[in-house]
Amino acid sequence: MTLDFVSTLDYVWALLPEFILCAWGIVILLMGVSGKRNPASAGDAAAEMPSHDLGYLTLAGIVAAAVANGWLYGVTEVGSAGLVVVDQFRLFANWIFLLAAALAVLMSFTYVYRQRLQAGEYYALILFATAGTMFMAGARDLIVVFLGLEVMSISVYALTAFNRRDRRSAEAGLKYFILGAFSTGFFLYGLALVYGATGTTNVDAIGEAVRTGAAQETLLLFGIAFLAVGFAFKVGVVPFHMWTPDVYEGAPTPVTAYMAVAVKAAAFVAFFRVFLVGFLGAYAAWYPIVWWIAAVTMVVANILALAQFNVKRMLAYSSIAHAGYLMVALAAANDRASAGMLFYLLIYAIMNMGAFAVVVIVGRQGEESLEIDDYAGLGASNPMLAVFLTVFLLALAGFPGTAGFMGKIFLLQGAADSRLWVLSIVLVLMTVVSYYYYLRLAWYVWMRDARDPSRNGELFVPLPMRFALGAGAAALILLGVFPAATMDFAQTSVAAVSAFPEALASLIP
Amino acid sequence: MDIDLLSTAYSILAVVAVGSALGVVFGRSPVASLLFMVSSLASIAGIFVILEAHFLAAIQVMVYAGAIMVLFLFVIMLLNLGHDYQQDLKGWAWSMVALFVSGGIGGVLVQRFLDLRGTGLSLGLGLPNGNALDRSIEELGALGVIAEPLYTTYVVPFEITGILLLVAIVGALVLAKRNVEGGGTVDGGAAGGEGGR
Repeated sequence: MTLDFVSTLDYVWALLPEFILCAWGIVILLMGVSGKRNPASAGDAAAEMPSHDLGYLTLAGIVAAAVANGWLYGVTEVGSAGLVVVDQFRLFANWIFLLAAALAVLMSFTYVYRQRLQAGEYYALILFATAGTMFMAGARDLIVVFLGLEVMSISVYALTAFNRRDRRSAEAGLKYFILGAFSTGFFLYGLALVYGATGTTNVDAIGEAVRTGAAQETLLLFGIAFLAVGFAFKVGVVPFHMWTPDVYEGAPTPVTAYMAVAVKAAAFVAFFRVFLVGFLGAYAAWYPIVWWIAAVTMVVANILALAQFNVKRMLAYSSIAHAGYLMVALAAANDRASAGMLFYLLIYAIMNMGAFAVVVIVGRQGEESLEIDDYAGLGASNPMLAVFLTVFLLALAGFPGTAGFMGKIFLLQGAADSRLWVLSIVLVLMTVVSYYYYLRLAWYVWMRDARDPSRNGELFVPLPMRFALGAGAAALILLGVFPAATMDFAQTSVAAVSAFPEALASLIP
Repeated sequence: MDIDLLSTAYSILAVVAVGSALGVVFGRSPVASLLFMVSSLASIAGIFVILEAHFLAAIQVMVYAGAIMVLFLFVIMLLNLGHDYQQDLKGWAWSMVALFVSGGIGGVLVQRFLDLRGTGLSLGLGLPNGNALDRSIEELGALGVIAEPLYTTYVVPFEITGILLLVAIVGALVLAKRNVEGGGTVDGGAAGGEGGR
């Protein structure tokens, strides 16, 4: 099927997965308020067997969107004037967002019930946030990037503060909202300046104007700088990372997992498209900024993570560090690095969601047992869960044999293609540093005796969750041993956006 | 003569807009800041009039200076924030950093403007196809120039804005609703996961 955006109806087809998610979100909202609720019957016996129908319905919506996403592979577009782009880069990113959303919903089943959250609004906001991430990935216009960013962000602000009985959740929501609104101001100002410099908001047309030198230089540079600040805040890289640990710690754990994966991935994908398609001609101007952000982020985040004994905070700093690794790919700005970025985001989604899922389970579907001491003796009491957690931690650390290792290899290959030797060395050294804090948790799990033996019974793991954890761990090992097929897929996915000229390499000192 | 009158009016409005924007930041009490903001928004509406964007000017006055600012004032009065409050900036060091950054950005922009003034080039802020715009205003009217692309070229952002507003309403309702399910209020149930019992 060929789409020509002269007819506005074609946007419906181009945005089919997003529309499905939005429509489904509205359905879930209505189901949530119309369903019967009887607080009196919600005893402890029922808590073990809660009704998950809203959760399963949400999953069905995500599956429907995934089908639509697969269908879009058969669709091509004409020209590059549309507000929405139909290319494989976007579709690959959509798989990551849908995977993250599905895992977050799976994680939330029992959590939502135990914490007595309003299920309808909760699941609907996850669907809307996912639609926002997909708008960002599919945007060819800065206005659509901005609106997608806002749909995603506002949903996630609300989700962060969702658990209103928890003071930390409310604090995290407020903090995230105020800082996020501030960074939105930067983003919007940058957008306005870029429009002033180039006279268009279409990313392809901006790329053309920047390449031919038609753009006003001063305004363009300020615009690039402000857009970079807006994106850097959303991906959470140093020095725009200050909100991350507090917000990740305070938010409900499934939301934290979703934030760490989907929000970050969406911001990165849009960051890549805007900077590598729109601003590639000004590479010499933004390359030093990205280089320094990448280097400082990797060093600072990994060193601060060493001092964390709260597992959620540790994973928060770990997510900042991973954002630093991905910034290396942006600094490299070649197609191998971009493919590496997509591959890394995919495996990062699996391993980070997995680790947070174990945090939810160990926290007994609540916000407890978050200290590293609470994980002592887990290997003895829940060996299967401990094995899964260990696989996820090893993958996050980038241990050979897991997908995390291959992801870092691909990032390093991309960096080597652009001759970024210093960044590559920093990446490797900081990976070694990160082994310490990931393996410390694994050491507590297997080598320490439980602090309080009475608390150390069998943990309740819902059946769908068991399945997801097992599949995730298996996928990480499988991708670690046989990464070629997925990597080829990522390579073909970036082919559409990568117009990287060979001359680019000569710009790099 | 006509041009001179317009540029004089523009200069006055621009100075008032920037001056009141500074007043918003430096105002001692929230109410004073708010009134400065109303004046800033009103001057920007005046600039829209000079640019012959009458519809935008009317919207600016009705929506921003009118409705939104009145709501702001209500909230400030209800929260009783109308009195003086303590300085919460983190000392002089941060103020200096802020001054340095904003001064630097402003300085570069002003320098750029001065560079271009003699050369007859625009700052890049003028519309590249001003004549085409005039023509379409004649054809469609000031309202049609906005409405037509909004529902054709930019229909996707328009629809996404609808979703955005829905999300914002849902989020605000979820967070602001007084009664948490299963009894207990926000204040009463803040002690953790046990609050709903």
